[in-house]
Amino acid sequence: MGNLDINVGKLKKNAFRYSKHRGETASRIRIPGGIIDAASLGKVVEIAEKYGNGVIDITNRQGIEIPGIDLRDMDKVNEEVQSIIDALRTNQTEKGKGYPSSGTRNVEACPGSRLCPFGCYDTTEFAQKMENMIFPNDRHVKIAFTGCSNDCAKTRMADFGIIGMTEPQYNPDRCVACEQCINFCRRRSVGALSLVNGKVVRDTKKCIGCGVCVAYCPTRAWTRSKEHYFRLVLLGRTGKKNPRLAEDFIKWCNEESIMKIVKNAYAYIEEYIDPNAVEHKEHVGYIVDRTGFEEFRKWIMDGVEPGPKAEIEPYVYWKGKRYDRI
Amino acid sequence: MGFVMSAQGFDQVISELQKEYRVFAPVCKKGAGRYTDTDVVMYDEITAAPEIDLVHKSDYSFKEFLNPLSETLFFFTEQEVKEADLNKKKVLIFLRSCDMHAVKRLDQIYLANGKEEDWFYRRRRDLVHFALIGCQSTFENCFCVDMKSNQMDDGYLFSVDCINGMYYSDVPENSIKGIFAAACETEQDVSPCFVTENKVHVTIPEDVPFEILKDSLWDEYSTRCIGCGRCNFACPTCTCYTMQDVFYTDNGKVGERRRVGASCMVDGYTNVAGGGQYRRSQGERMRFKVLHKIYDYRKRFGYDMCVGCGRCDDICPEYISYTNIINKVNAACEAAKQGAEEVKNG
Repeated sequence: MGNLDINVGKLKKNAFRYSKHRGETASRIRIPGGIIDAASLGKVVEIAEKYGNGVIDITNRQGIEIPGIDLRDMDKVNEEVQSIIDALRTNQTEKGKGYPSSGTRNVEACPGSRLCPFGCYDTTEFAQKMENMIFPNDRHVKIAFTGCSNDCAKTRMADFGIIGMTEPQYNPDRCVACEQCINFCRRRSVGALSLVNGKVVRDTKKCIGCGVCVAYCPTRAWTRSKEHYFRLVLLGRTGKKNPRLAEDFIKWCNEESIMKIVKNAYAYIEEYIDPNAVEHKEHVGYIVDRTGFEEFRKWIMDGVEPGPKAEIEPYVYWKGKRYDRI
Repeated sequence: MGFVMSAQGFDQVISELQKEYRVFAPVCKKGAGRYTDTDVVMYDEITAAPEIDLVHKSDYSFKEFLNPLSETLFFFTEQEVKEADLNKKKVLIFLRSCDMHAVKRLDQIYLANGKEEDWFYRRRRDLVHFALIGCQSTFENCFCVDMKSNQMDDGYLFSVDCINGMYYSDVPENSIKGIFAAACETEQDVSPCFVTENKVHVTIPEDVPFEILKDSLWDEYSTRCIGCGRCNFACPTCTCYTMQDVFYTDNGKVGERRRVGASCMVDGYTNVAGGGQYRRSQGERMRFKVLHKIYDYRKRFGYDMCVGCGRCDDICPEYISYTNIINKVNAACEAAKQGAEEVKNG
């Protein structure tokens, strides 16, 4: 066998890690929406035992890394992960060759309405739909879906954070003024409800659409809206220069608009990414820092109709630390 | 006399009856459940037969027509009072046997508990007629057999059982037999289905000694029960209400009096002037509710209030089983009785 002669750029793009241990790599498994079938997880175990060092790394973005793989075994591992790629219906350019890119990160989702009493929509389904639209892509973009304003998926640390909302529907004829909605809204949420003349009034400016009132109403006076709504938050990030939380862009947005905005954002990145960026990688947030938000907004809102209830922020200002400007 | 109809025939019967009656029935409300994309079965006025849910036990009971969750009783101005209008058209309510037994309890409280009848209940009650939904099998948490509410022999205009897509009706009410005869496939004797066995059993203690009030069995409910009142709001026999006198905000001399449902499990139920509160802990409230359903009401009226529909167990978000409490109470009563006998016998 000859000496190792590895194209590191291609290795990374093929979803293998460049490891500190010379001669080793790790295979990175995408799990869009955070749900993997048991058979695929079994396959992960098999690969870890056969090619890896017997451990499995649960990553921060709901993916899996199988470390301790010999760089010489990458082709074999690519054949092995095929059944996982098939089962999770991950987009691929060539069968048996593993993942076609790694730039666009695994699309995250909290358990959402499949399990969680507070989840306002099927986060996994939406995440998988998003993954199907954007993957494979080399651009470094992070997208996360969370079922409600609790934001268990930490969407405020992602480039595009999608937070589920429901518009509480009130039937005064079923309300007995037990005030549980008012109390729980105050204690668990934002305090948007008050009692006026024996019936509940919702401050629509204050309401964040979390659905706590619906969950705690004992008579079904409060129910969920038929429509699922979303709060879209933009360009949160971690990192060295300027870590910051994502800021609100659209409240009461519809699903189609979320999809279109993300699609448009990829076109914007292609237009404005720094051609001299280190490893051809520039986070979208830093591109927006260069072009200004207005240009970004012009691109992402192209052809978008966010629905009749949508409240769109005219301008977005981010906070966070500026370690690069001290 | 009974009739067997196709779905189409049953539709025809309902639309004929709707000329004379407003029809209220259990309806599956899509997406109206507590959680995202979950349904709830509740009573509502229907426009056509397919809306009637004959398959599930309703989450909330039929009582909402007779005893609305929120009802404006009258309006007042400076010198005058006017009762709220009520649609005078007759009302047909679809309900199961246990619920028909509950009607007797509602009537007892609103019409025969003291000298005066409740005028607002009476005017609704006089409009109401019943259609009995047969039970081909027991639902989860039902204990109607032990509460002797599993069967109803009279009091309904007609019954309905949907079996393999065909509708079977017993029609004791003569005035509507023609409607059924015109819509049916065959005429034959029909008896409404009823269950003779539940999965859940309770033993109601005949006598509840005073020391049960202080029994430690209630303590766990002080931490488990969240006091949401779902058990009461879903119960077909709970009748408690409270009053709201509302003065309109743009003219405080004009307003209305409403009565709204109340729950002995929800905070504020036993509040009295001066800040007193008779039952503070959820354990005490649970004791009051359970003993009222299976003992105190019987002491006053001679029969148990609870009809064994099991909706309280179905709906409790904290998985508290009322039937389990009944059996715990019975065991505690047995133990107390045995203890008393041992003392007596030295």
